[in-house]
Amino acid sequence: MNLVQIAWKSIRQRSLASSLTAFNMALGVMLMVTVLVFYGVIERSFQQTGANYQLVVGAKGSPIDLVLSSVYRISPPIENLPYIYYEQLKNDPRVEEAIPIAIGDVTQEGSFPIVGTVSRYFELPYATGKNFKVKAKAGFGGTFDAIIGSEVARVNGWDVGSKFQLVHGGADGGHVHDEYFNVVDVLARTGTPNDRSVFVNLRGFYQLGDHDKPVEEAISQLQKFYPEGVPGGEERMKELREFAKNAGAHDHPHGEGEDHEHHDHDHGHHHAIPDELKEVTAVFLLMKDKEDYLALSLSNELKTGFQAQAVVPKRVMAGLMESLIGNVQKLLVVLIALIIVVSGIGIFVSIYNSMADRRREIAIMRSLGAQRQTIFTIILAESILLCLGGGTLGLLLGHGLFFFGAPIIENNTGLVIDRYAFAPMELALFPILLLLAIFIGFLPGMTAYRTNVADVLSE
Amino acid sequence: MSLLLRRLKKSFREPDGTELPIINIEHFEIKPAEQVALVGSSGGGKTTLLHLIAGIHTPDSGEVIIDQVNLAGLSEPARDRFRAMKIGYIFQTFNLLPAFTALENVLLGMSFSGGKADRAHAIELLDEVGLKHRLSHRPSKLSVGEQQRVAIARALANRPKLLLADEPTASIDSRNQDNVLKMIRDVCDEHKVSLLLVTHSPEVAGQFGRVETLADFNKPTSIASAIA
Repeated sequence: MNLVQIAWKSIRQRSLASSLTAFNMALGVMLMVTVLVFYGVIERSFQQTGANYQLVVGAKGSPIDLVLSSVYRISPPIENLPYIYYEQLKNDPRVEEAIPIAIGDVTQEGSFPIVGTVSRYFELPYATGKNFKVKAKAGFGGTFDAIIGSEVARVNGWDVGSKFQLVHGGADGGHVHDEYFNVVDVLARTGTPNDRSVFVNLRGFYQLGDHDKPVEEAISQLQKFYPEGVPGGEERMKELREFAKNAGAHDHPHGEGEDHEHHDHDHGHHHAIPDELKEVTAVFLLMKDKEDYLALSLSNELKTGFQAQAVVPKRVMAGLMESLIGNVQKLLVVLIALIIVVSGIGIFVSIYNSMADRRREIAIMRSLGAQRQTIFTIILAESILLCLGGGTLGLLLGHGLFFFGAPIIENNTGLVIDRYAFAPMELALFPILLLLAIFIGFLPGMTAYRTNVADVLSE
Repeated sequence: MSLLLRRLKKSFREPDGTELPIINIEHFEIKPAEQVALVGSSGGGKTTLLHLIAGIHTPDSGEVIIDQVNLAGLSEPARDRFRAMKIGYIFQTFNLLPAFTALENVLLGMSFSGGKADRAHAIELLDEVGLKHRLSHRPSKLSVGEQQRVAIARALANRPKLLLADEPTASIDSRNQDNVLKMIRDVCDEHKVSLLLVTHSPEVAGQFGRVETLADFNKPTSIASAIA
C-alpha cells in the first residue's frame, strides 16, 4: 500500500466529515470556475464582436449604449441618424466601407432582434480575420429577403425558405407588421451576437409600416441634425414637400430609385421612400488607413456640431470591461477566494479534530516502522486529496453548470456563450489549492509527527 | 538473528522530577531462531524492554545489538527503518487498524519497509494463519482470535528475523490461547525467526524450552523494584 492509499483509507473512515468538507471546497471552486469562465466568455465576446469595425457612428448619447445596441443588440437603440448622413459618410474620402444598420424590431417568434442592413455586411469579416460562412451564399436579392443567425435557426427551427413576421418597436406592446420576410440564407455559428440576429434587407425594412417618418417631422429632424443647413438646401425640402403632396393624393406612389422593385410578398406591392424620410440606427465604418488616424479625425470632428458621435467599439468595450465588469469580477474573485479559504479551514478543522482519535492509529503505524515524516506525509496527503478532490469536483460542477446554464444565459442576456469555454486562470487553481492543502495539512501533520509512540501504545 | 543486550539502562522522569529506573540489565542474549518466554510481574518493565529492543524507546545507556547492529546508536529514522525490516511486533491488544481489511492490515505492515508490498506473500501469511477466507473482512467483523491471527500475519509481513510478542494471548479465551501460541511458535520455527514472548501466564511460559524471569536479570534500584 502506498501512502496515498493509506491516506484515502483514513478519509473513508471519516466519510461523512470528509465528504462534507470536500463538497464545501467543491462549491467554492465551482463558483470560482463559473465566475472565471463566465467573465472570460464576456471578455472574449467583447473583444471579438465588432472588433473588425474601426468606428461605429450613431446618434449622440452614451457611447456604451451605442455599441451595446448596434453591435451587441442587448439594449434599445438611442436615436436614429438621417439616411442621407449615412450616404455622406459613404462618400467621405476617408471612409473605405460604410455599412448601415437599422434596428428596433424583433421577430414575432423568439423575439430575436431584427437588423436591417445591406449584403455587404456579410462580405466583410465579423471579427478580426474571421469571415461569415453562409449556407446558400444568397445575399439580399429580394426586398423581403432575410439572413438568419445560427442560433435563430436552431431555436426557431428555421431554414432557407422559412417565412416570418416582425413585431414593431420591440416585443412589448408593438404591433405585428403585415409583411412576411423569406429566409434566404443561414449564417454558420460565429460566437457573436450575429448568431442571435435576424438580418433583413434594409430596403424591405423601410417598406414596413411606421419605418418612414412623416414629411414634416423628417424635415424638422433634418434641420435639427444639420443646424447649419441641410445638404441640398431649401430646394431639397421643397421637393420633399411636393412628394408628400403627391403621396397624399395617391396612397402608393411609385417613385424611382432603389426602392422601386416589385416582388411577391404578402403586402402585394411596395412604395418608394425618399432618402430624406429614411433613417439608420448606426453606421459601421472601415477607414482607408488601418492605424485609426482617420477614425480619430472623424471621431473628433463629430464631437462638435453634428448630432452624431463616432466611437471605436473595441475601446468602448475595453473601457466598460475595465471600469465596471472588470471590477465586479475582481470583487467576486476575492469573495470566492475567501469562500475557498473558509472551505480549507473546514478541512483543517476536520483533520485536526480527528487527530486525537487517531493517535493510536499513528502509534501503530510508527511501531510498524513508519517514520515520523512518513506519518506527516500521510496527513498531508489527506489534506491534498480532500482539497484537490473537492477542487476537481468543483471544476466539473462549474463546467457542468456552465454547459447546462449557457442556453439560459443566452436567452436572458443575448450573449452567445461557448459551452466548452475554459478560462486560462483555471490552470492556476490547482497549484493554489495544492499550496492551500499543504498549509492546511501542516499543523495536523506536525501533531502526528510529534506523537509519542511508546506513550500512546502504553495507554 | 541474535539479540544481545549489554549494560542496558532506562529510567523515566516522574512528574515531581525524580528519576524512576525501570531497566538495568547487565547482559541478556537470544540466539538465532531461539524461542524465549519472558515472565514477570505487572509493571516490572517487560513492555519497556520490548520497546527498547524494537527501537521505540532509546536507552539511557547500554547497547541493544541485533545482528551486530547496535540499535541504540542509530538515529530515529534508521531505527524505524531497521524495525520495519527486521523486527516483527505482536501487541496484547492486536492493534489492527479498523479502517483496513485483514489483507490491508498485513500489507500495511509491508508499507514502511521501503520495499514493494508483496500481496501474494500477505495472502500466503493469512493462509498460514487460517484466514484466507477472511481477507476482505475488517477487524470489527473478525473474532478476537482471528484478529490476533491477523496481527501475527502482519508481524511476519516483512520476513523479520526477530519477533517480539507482548502478552499475545492475554486478550483471548483459553480455548484459542493454545492455538494462537502454537501458531506463533510454528510460524517462527518455520521461518527461523527468533522469538521473545512476554507473558505473565505460567501455562504459556511452560510451553517454552527457555523461560526467563525479568526480575532475575533486570536489577533497577530499590524504588523501581518496589513499584514493580
